[in-house]
Amino acid sequence: MSEVESIRPPTLWQSCRMILQRDLRLAFRNQSDLANPLIFFVMVASLFPLGVSPDTAFLSQIATGIIWVAALLATLLSLDAMFRSDYDDGSLEQLLLSPYPLYILVLAKVFSHWIVSGLLLTLLFPLLAVLLFLPWEGYPAMLASLLLGTPLLSLIGAIGAALTVGLKKGGVLLSLLILPLYIPVLIFGTGAVGAALNGTPYIGHLLWLAVFLVMAITMAPFAIAAALRISIAG
Amino acid sequence: MYFDSVSSFLEMGGHGPYVWVCYAITVLVIAYNIWRPIRTRKVFIVDLKRRLRREARK
Amino acid sequence: MNWTWFHKLGSPKWFYEVTSKWMFWLALITVLLLVTGLVWGLAFAPADYQQGNSYRIIFVHVPVALLAQSCYIAMAIAGAVGLIWKMKLADMAAKVSAPIGASFTFLALLTGAIWGKPTWGTWWVWDARLTSMLLLLFLYFGYMALQAAFDNETTASKASSILALVGLVNIPIIKYSVEWWNTLHQPATLTFTSKPTMAPEMLVPLLISIVGFYCFFTLAFLMRLRAEVLIRENRTQWVKKLVQNDV
Repeated sequence: MSEVESIRPPTLWQSCRMILQRDLRLAFRNQSDLANPLIFFVMVASLFPLGVSPDTAFLSQIATGIIWVAALLATLLSLDAMFRSDYDDGSLEQLLLSPYPLYILVLAKVFSHWIVSGLLLTLLFPLLAVLLFLPWEGYPAMLASLLLGTPLLSLIGAIGAALTVGLKKGGVLLSLLILPLYIPVLIFGTGAVGAALNGTPYIGHLLWLAVFLVMAITMAPFAIAAALRISIAG
Repeated sequence: MYFDSVSSFLEMGGHGPYVWVCYAITVLVIAYNIWRPIRTRKVFIVDLKRRLRREARK
Repeated sequence: MNWTWFHKLGSPKWFYEVTSKWMFWLALITVLLLVTGLVWGLAFAPADYQQGNSYRIIFVHVPVALLAQSCYIAMAIAGAVGLIWKMKLADMAAKVSAPIGASFTFLALLTGAIWGKPTWGTWWVWDARLTSMLLLLFLYFGYMALQAAFDNETTASKASSILALVGLVNIPIIKYSVEWWNTLHQPATLTFTSKPTMAPEMLVPLLISIVGFYCFFTLAFLMRLRAEVLIRENRTQWVKKLVQNDV
């Protein structure tokens, strides 16, 4: 009885959960891969006081931009690893052979990437905000915009990662492909915090980010799935 | 003709350098876009001819 | 409807033979239109009452900027056709459009910057149009870099077509957000061309040069595409025969 049960293929929900669990376990086991983008995130931010000016008023003015740009670059750094190891050990091919829609499975993979990059970055942002003297009024807007914006970064970035996974030197190319597509996220993310600092309502910016997020969730997995198929075939 | 003389045409009321530089760069870009496929084609034809000759000799 | 033309388009040989007859006439029309439009704009159109003669840059800047954007759209559509119907010619069309589009984008940026000097007093202003042009240039660079990164032509076309389609969806979003960002950060600057009523003495040469530049794009595009067809079909009999007859 139990043997029959064990060879029954997992349902769609189970396979998503398995992907998620596996990716998270791998990420937390390989702690340097997990920590490096986060350390990078803090390092980039500390360059500005050293390189430009440690003046409190000045730093608090540019803090929003620096945090967002640092988050963007840190995400870029983590993107290349998204499908790389799966591609190398062949598990990506197995994923493509699964009877379930690749759309959903890909979404699970992107989600796990977001947890180990975007979510951790979001949790880490108060540290940077303190270092850069971000005014207190900006914190809620920064938190909300990062929460809405970083999944977008993972989704869009996954397209680039899927396109370049078959290439040996994908890293720099990946940044080149993806950075221009990140501009709207950057604009609306920093816009929300800027509005909050001015004391004007910033819900509009957040709604725009939410719209982009919904659009990306509906459309990006198609592109990611197609790109993965091409990379595997090629 | 809008301008009275050749010199005023070249000068364009002080804006001459800007306008002429723009048009010069445009001509360059146009020329590049024409020259590039012609060269690609020439190189290809030379290469293929060489290859065909080599194959004929075999 | 008769779809044979569509299937024939899939045949590089048919395409090459048909376009051979067009090239001369297309070149002639392009030269006539461009010379007329540009000479008219440079020498015969009246000066602008606000900007003086520096506005004459419009006769290259606007057509080139329009083309830069339409070229990306055309490239993405060609890429989609290649992906859906696995049409080799469409893949090649997408590939050869990119460098032309990038060179036009570059030209639009450069003429915009040069125009900015007498108008705004600086070479560069983070104006909405210039900024979105710059981002368009980055998109072209990304496309060409991806195209060049693959050894296998088919994989390269497929991957870069997907990127082009993603870019196509993103272009309106990028444009919108840049415009929105611009109104936030910049006091209203003197806009280049948003005059609702342009005097006909200026509009007519502008339209002529727009059409001229579009013809030029078609010409450059066909030249590149024909060269690309020859290169990719170099193992076929018809190309070998063609090359041997070419003295």
